[in-house]
Amino acid sequence: MGQIVGVDVGGTFTDLIFLDEKTGEVRIAKVPSTPENQAFGVLNALSMSDIHLPEVDTIIHGTTVTTNAILERKIAPCGLITTRGFRDSLELGRRTRPKPYGLIGSFECLIPRDLRLEVTERMDSGGNPLEDLNEDEVTAATRKLLDAGVESVVIHFLHSYINDEHERHAETIIEKIWPNSFITRGSAIMAEYREYERGTTAMINAAVQPVLDRYIKKLQNELQGGGYPRDLLVMQGNGGTVSSKIIAETSVNTVMSGPASGVMAAAFTASHSGFPNVITCDMGGTSCDVGLISGGVPQISSELEIEYAMPIHVPMVDVRTIGAGGGSIAHISSSGLLEVGPESAGALPGPICYGRGGKVPTITDANMILGRLNPSMMIKANVSKKEVAEALKDRIAEPLDFSSPEEAASAIIQIANTKMAGALRMVSLARGYDPRDFVLFPFGGAGPLHASDLARELGIPKVLVPARPGITNAVGCTVADVRHDYVKTINTPLRDVEISEISEIFAEQEKRGRDTIELEGIAVENIQVLRDVDMQFQGQTHLLTVEIQNDDFSLESLHERFAAAYWDRFSVTLNEIRPVLVNLHTAVIGKRKSIPLKNLMNSEDRCKSAAEAQTGIRDVWFFGGKQECPIYSREALPLGTKLEGAAILEQLDTTIIVNPGDLVEVDDFGNLIMSVGED
Amino acid sequence: MHSLDPVTLAVIQAGLQQVCNEMDLAFVRSAFSPVISEALDRSDGIYDPINGDLISQGELGLPVFVGTMQFGTKCVIERAKSITPGDIFIVNDPYLGGTHLMDVRFVKPFFYKGELFAWLANTGHWPDTGGSVPGGFSAKATEVEQEGLRLPPVKLYKGGVIDEEILSIILSNIRVADQRIGDIKAQAAALSVGEKRFEELIDRYGSEIVKGAITELRTRAARQMRACIDEIPDGEYRGVSIIDSDGVKNEPLKIDLKIKCEGSELYFDLSDSSPPCLGPMNSVIATTKSSIYLAIKHIFPDVPLNAGTFEPLHIQDPKGTFLYAEYPRPVSGCAAEVSQRIAEAVFAALVDAIPEKLFAAPAGTSGNFCLGGYDPDKGSSYVMYVISGGGYGGSAHGDGISNGCSTIGISKTTPIEVMEQYYPVLFEEFSLHEGSGGAGKYRGGFGVNYKVKLRRGEARASMVMDHGRTGPLGALGGEDGATNKVRVERDGEFYTPPHLSKDQDITLKAGDTVRVSTPGGGGFGNPLERDPHLVNRDLKRGYYSKDEAIEKFGYK
Repeated sequence: MGQIVGVDVGGTFTDLIFLDEKTGEVRIAKVPSTPENQAFGVLNALSMSDIHLPEVDTIIHGTTVTTNAILERKIAPCGLITTRGFRDSLELGRRTRPKPYGLIGSFECLIPRDLRLEVTERMDSGGNPLEDLNEDEVTAATRKLLDAGVESVVIHFLHSYINDEHERHAETIIEKIWPNSFITRGSAIMAEYREYERGTTAMINAAVQPVLDRYIKKLQNELQGGGYPRDLLVMQGNGGTVSSKIIAETSVNTVMSGPASGVMAAAFTASHSGFPNVITCDMGGTSCDVGLISGGVPQISSELEIEYAMPIHVPMVDVRTIGAGGGSIAHISSSGLLEVGPESAGALPGPICYGRGGKVPTITDANMILGRLNPSMMIKANVSKKEVAEALKDRIAEPLDFSSPEEAASAIIQIANTKMAGALRMVSLARGYDPRDFVLFPFGGAGPLHASDLARELGIPKVLVPARPGITNAVGCTVADVRHDYVKTINTPLRDVEISEISEIFAEQEKRGRDTIELEGIAVENIQVLRDVDMQFQGQTHLLTVEIQNDDFSLESLHERFAAAYWDRFSVTLNEIRPVLVNLHTAVIGKRKSIPLKNLMNSEDRCKSAAEAQTGIRDVWFFGGKQECPIYSREALPLGTKLEGAAILEQLDTTIIVNPGDLVEVDDFGNLIMSVGED
Repeated sequence: MHSLDPVTLAVIQAGLQQVCNEMDLAFVRSAFSPVISEALDRSDGIYDPINGDLISQGELGLPVFVGTMQFGTKCVIERAKSITPGDIFIVNDPYLGGTHLMDVRFVKPFFYKGELFAWLANTGHWPDTGGSVPGGFSAKATEVEQEGLRLPPVKLYKGGVIDEEILSIILSNIRVADQRIGDIKAQAAALSVGEKRFEELIDRYGSEIVKGAITELRTRAARQMRACIDEIPDGEYRGVSIIDSDGVKNEPLKIDLKIKCEGSELYFDLSDSSPPCLGPMNSVIATTKSSIYLAIKHIFPDVPLNAGTFEPLHIQDPKGTFLYAEYPRPVSGCAAEVSQRIAEAVFAALVDAIPEKLFAAPAGTSGNFCLGGYDPDKGSSYVMYVISGGGYGGSAHGDGISNGCSTIGISKTTPIEVMEQYYPVLFEEFSLHEGSGGAGKYRGGFGVNYKVKLRRGEARASMVMDHGRTGPLGALGGEDGATNKVRVERDGEFYTPPHLSKDQDITLKAGDTVRVSTPGGGGFGNPLERDPHLVNRDLKRGYYSKDEAIEKFGYK
């Protein structure tokens, strides 16, 4: 292995990291994203960093093509073939409304009703066929969809998670007529019960499949034209990568891949520095994504929603998003309370201090007025400090009786921090984790500005700021392994479970994963297999995931582990009630060669002492008040440096606040390890 | 005492909300009753130590509990003789600030450093509390005793220890009792989570500051609600909604609501409504008031929830009507049905006054259908619930959504694949109720059709639904939504319940089916003004037949 490129397309920027393992050289690039065709941004980033494609060994790509296609409804025309009597399931949903209060809102099914067709067939809940599949009806429906100009088709039958025979049979009929490979079989995407969730997941897959396929082919062609001879790897929402050759089959796996790569980078970086338990906080311009890593393993969930009534039930890195980013707007609610976000000034007009026409104060403006961000930014943008201060005064300080713009700015930061702390609590405390056992890993452009405050708020003792917080997602692409997930519902009381049946399903899932990795032909060092099961007490509807270690899935140990997990989460024991084994899940992970973290920063940038790395001094407002604060170039700090707060560390892609009382140390990999002081 | 700065106030508001949200989450994730865990039929909140007024309530709590829980807590406070930390009262008496018997409340005193600081309470809908039919919705009940076990406030936990004797009384009087111990523990554990988080919040800011913030937040919520009411022109408004029957006597019941708006206060008068009824469609006063509160909250969703929110809403006790039920009137229909129809009357009354904030009537029934029987294959008894959604009304902002949840609930349907695993039934259809959305410039959303077949054994079906006689009201020239329909097929013979939407103990054998079609929402504005492209689209999708499109929308 020699040269590796990770390139991640975000909403605003396309980030790239280039690593040459032979020479130890690192290059990074940040270029504006090109939403009309993301490939342009990718190619720009490549050419900006003078990459010679023929010499590159691997390119790993994180893309938001499918996410945007769904959110903006720029999807392929698709159709549905389903069990007679049930074509409306996907439109009717599960009887919800967008918000608990207020009865106004709307929902549009991705497949319009006239393209949802029914055929005769029926399985019962035990997987026994009650009515055979009517082949002629399948043929007729297929032709009807083709005539209507449909490009991508979903086959979704009731109870196919337990017996997929009818779905497979229909597939063979459709395949003979369908002009392309865009056929999605619901049970192939996930063999899990709940028809709305499984069907919607399949429908999303079908809707984005042609879009992703065209995009990846175009990009692959461009890259090949530039001399890149190998396969492109694509990031998935489960935090793993997959070969571009087969990604389109399971396009839905890329829909929530954005936040996953950041969490993967965090897991990788933090465990190298000796911290297996991590809470991640990715704060960018419009939102903040929060995740949790326990024992080096990111939390996975199969119950995320991309938007209202749009669940995607495939295993994905569990990330909670809230509307708090640098561009989040501060305003006063009708009850007279200060609120921050979720409305964002976005990239345009952006915060006032960016000088792009923004008029309303944002979190970034508050940080600027408090001296936390470098005022030279405003000079470059041709904005006066007075302009920002006046907006804060008029809109926030005066209506709320603050004595100064700084006091208003400080209030904005505190409110934003409260909001983020709430999200951090929900991923940790509310799930039975104690934040004191974790390290906080901030990234994104704005994360490190708030990390020390957040850690204080939650009692998190240490903060780890990675070498390149602003391009963490691109780094995540380079460290992510190849990964495939499989889920199968069995839903049987534990005492009735046949252990041999479980081993068979697990073995089959593992084989599928190993075969797929072989088919992809990606170089992996070894293959790791992770297994867990979802369980519940009989009569419950919510599930609790129980890890399986050392292939020990004897009934006794499953029972014990479930009871223990239940206690950890809810502090309740229920010896009276029988547990049920619901889902079996296997993740097959092809470990790629580890990248050397030390290379993430160029060593020639480093000075000999911290004093040399100091670039200046300025007044900064902390919560304790204003003080003179030394400013350092983060890249220039030598390894092993120890600094006491207050200090501000600036680097190209972010600014790090070290509060008074904090102690910060540069570790061997160039990460900053901050020990958070007492309040 | 420190001054209460705006930051501390906002942070404490968020903190109180977080305490409630965590209680909601803990309860729902560990509950057994699918009505709680899937249908989210529960709520958690914090209440005033002296009078039980609402301090904060979880964002994902069931709307109908918004007002009732403070009345219920008040009743516990009045009756509690001595309290110690770790006590938990259990109560489901409808007449003591409740809804129906199935909504079981846990109320726990919260002490901070030895001082009674607040009450924490939650409500969860148990699948059964005894009574003449499984599930508690007896359409034929004429007194509350037929509806189930009625518990006055008693300490189920004393100093943190469960009272096995009271527990055994409860478990001996309800169906499927073995799983209820799971719900009891979940419900109690949620309160413990709240206790812990609330304590941390007070530790951090100090009890005086938190108390000050609670008072201030209340003042502000009242102010915000008054600012909303200011938008309503002064005057008198009237909204009427009709309930099919009480289930016993086949005659409609009338909710006749007059709202007087004077400046920033609203006065609600229901005194011209029908007298108390024989069957279970009576509403206890806590539910009646709560229905008005939640309707107003649906109209002004941004106003935060605490006792201050309700200050400008003055509701006269409608004594002598079925909306002020007293012992022993049966009340099982009040939480799910009557409450929605009271809300409908509020919407109908105000839609002409502030049309841009409002909408035509939503489906307005929970469509409660219950099947109880014995599964010979599994060798056990079962109680299956189907709760249905319907269309929402159109509004100035667009068409109503289809299959929306009842306005008083936020629950999700149980997936058909799950139902068929648990119960010996087969669903032959789950589809959009075509043509049900009321025509309008913005049409109503559509209801659903489902048809369920009994596969094995015998069973009894009961239902408490509504809107069988009249559809949800259209507004500003829009048409009403379609009515609710029930059709039973036994041995090839069709049967329609005489009360249309309510019936009890319909016996079914293997192969028999029940088909239900739920109401669509009311239309908003003149249908002839509907965008022709949308009329075309609706026709193409089969939402309306061609004849309907011509007749209702003037399609050419």
